Amino acid sequence: MENKKGILGYLLNNRHRSRTISYTMVAAAYILLEILLKTGNLSNLFTGLLVPATCYLVAAIGLNLNVGVSGELNLGQAGFMAVGAFSGVCVSGVLAGTVPPVLRLILAIIIGMLLTAFVGFLIGIPVLKLQGDYLAIVTLAFGQIVMNLIMNLYVAFDSTGIKFSFVESKFTLGEGGKYLINGPMGATGTERIANFTAGTILVIFALVVVYNLIYSRSGRAIMAARDNRIAAESIGINIAKTKMMAFVISAALAGAAGALYGLNYSTMVASKFDYNTSILILVYVVLGGLGNFNGTLIATVILFLLPQLLRGLQDYRMLIYAVVLILIMLITNNEFLRTKAASLRKKKA
Amino acid sequence: MSTKATPILEVKELGIDFGGLTAVNDLDLAIYDKEIVGLIGPNGAGKTTVFNLLTKVYKPTRGSIFFDGKDTAGKTVVDINKAGIARTFQNIRLFNNLTVLDNVRTAYHNNIRYSPVEAVFRLPGYYAKEREIEGKSRELLEIMELGQYAEVTAGNLPYGAQRRLEIARAMATEPKLLLLDEPAAGMNPQETDDLMRMIRFVRDHFEIAVLLIEHDMQLVMGICERIYVLNYGMLLAQGVPAEIQANPDVIKAYLGD
Repeated sequence: MENKKGILGYLLNNRHRSRTISYTMVAAAYILLEILLKTGNLSNLFTGLLVPATCYLVAAIGLNLNVGVSGELNLGQAGFMAVGAFSGVCVSGVLAGTVPPVLRLILAIIIGMLLTAFVGFLIGIPVLKLQGDYLAIVTLAFGQIVMNLIMNLYVAFDSTGIKFSFVESKFTLGEGGKYLINGPMGATGTERIANFTAGTILVIFALVVVYNLIYSRSGRAIMAARDNRIAAESIGINIAKTKMMAFVISAALAGAAGALYGLNYSTMVASKFDYNTSILILVYVVLGGLGNFNGTLIATVILFLLPQLLRGLQDYRMLIYAVVLILIMLITNNEFLRTKAASLRKKKA
Repeated sequence: MSTKATPILEVKELGIDFGGLTAVNDLDLAIYDKEIVGLIGPNGAGKTTVFNLLTKVYKPTRGSIFFDGKDTAGKTVVDINKAGIARTFQNIRLFNNLTVLDNVRTAYHNNIRYSPVEAVFRLPGYYAKEREIEGKSRELLEIMELGQYAEVTAGNLPYGAQRRLEIARAMATEPKLLLLDEPAAGMNPQETDDLMRMIRFVRDHFEIAVLLIEHDMQLVMGICERIYVLNYGMLLAQGVPAEIQANPDVIKAYLGD
């Protein structure tokens, strides 16, 4: 592999192979699905799943940076998605009528991402003082806290500006005023400006950020801190700083995913982003393989679509889903199959 | 050696207690530029504790450590490495999931810097700095005779190579003083000979001082210019190898009465 020349050699050498495969998979899936969409060969159910699928992909890629590359178990990813989702909806709501949809979507995603990064930073300060199981439990709690805060948040907007409240107050709204977030009822009357193309671009963006980070000074420091804390410190790496970097970037990607998600539905409630969603994203990451982003892509798509495709089974749906999860775990952990796969890979290389 | 002006490392009346146990007490050390100094003593004498005190893993209970003329009180492990002390570990601590080359590249963290933004957007600074890091890292791997293993995952290296990789990684932080904790442990005589040659080369090439803990007397007597002997956390003797070998206290400490 090392001695191949030219562009193909560059794309397929050890360092670039996995990212080449990632980009190719995403591009191929996008082109295929766009053709099916344009020719009307995609069912309504399936079409409706495209944007949420890209959202979960972005959130899972971010989580894999935190769990796989940085090695810290985070059970609060859905909380960060919620921050991005509701801030994105607010941004879009405020700018509606003055800014065209495409630009509004971009702004909503960027602001959602930055705000979530900031929330991630604040939460990271206490959380990253912990390690292992304790860190996992605290992130789970923070995810729930964020969700509950948003469930009690009222945000309204009129010509005089934006109004916030944590009590069910009746804002006196002027001409053309409306509620952007209405407490437990969530965001209502959102204009649906998200689309599959934007989702795909966001997935590519997430992959570029994560891959470029990993193959850099910062990425090596993050992995060094994961592999051996004491040795990493001994060569002058600030553990707190590197862990924070991975945590914040992971949160930011969840925030971007959330913003896109929020703008894909006309109504959305905060309880959608409870710990079940966090666990779901974690399952995608773990079954795809820690630190393996191609695995994350494949596992997320399959496991996201599976429950939808099993709808016909009605009550047995989640039972089958659970059985499939267990089977995947057994197969991927089977010593015989693993060694077979490893020897196959060696022959190829 | 004591004719030289100021030592690079000067330890005065250093001591540490763990609860009621005094692990190191009243220790005076001085290491000068470009010296190779040995720290020996029976098991449990407190040698590794001294390394942990020098690198601020432990905070001393008493005494002071001056490095490069400055008091190191209040510094952290990270600060000490930035100041110019690098170390290896008795129980090998590599980044096992990274390649040999990446282990060394990682250690250029503070000496060749660029921001995460430059990395994520692949700005020109990224390429220039990465080339520099890779060039220097490969040079270190060649010195430690690890060039053939560059792309191997560190956890899969043979034992002796792992010890040499720890030295290469420590050297990548561009230290003025290198602390080696039993670098020859588990090596056969041939490997130990090679290691001695490499340590000498590193000292001459990078013009650094080396302080090493070692039980292998072939290495200690063959390479060290001065030796400190530690027993029960206290300094038992110091001097050139010939003096130490002839010192009755040292022989008693090692062999008993």
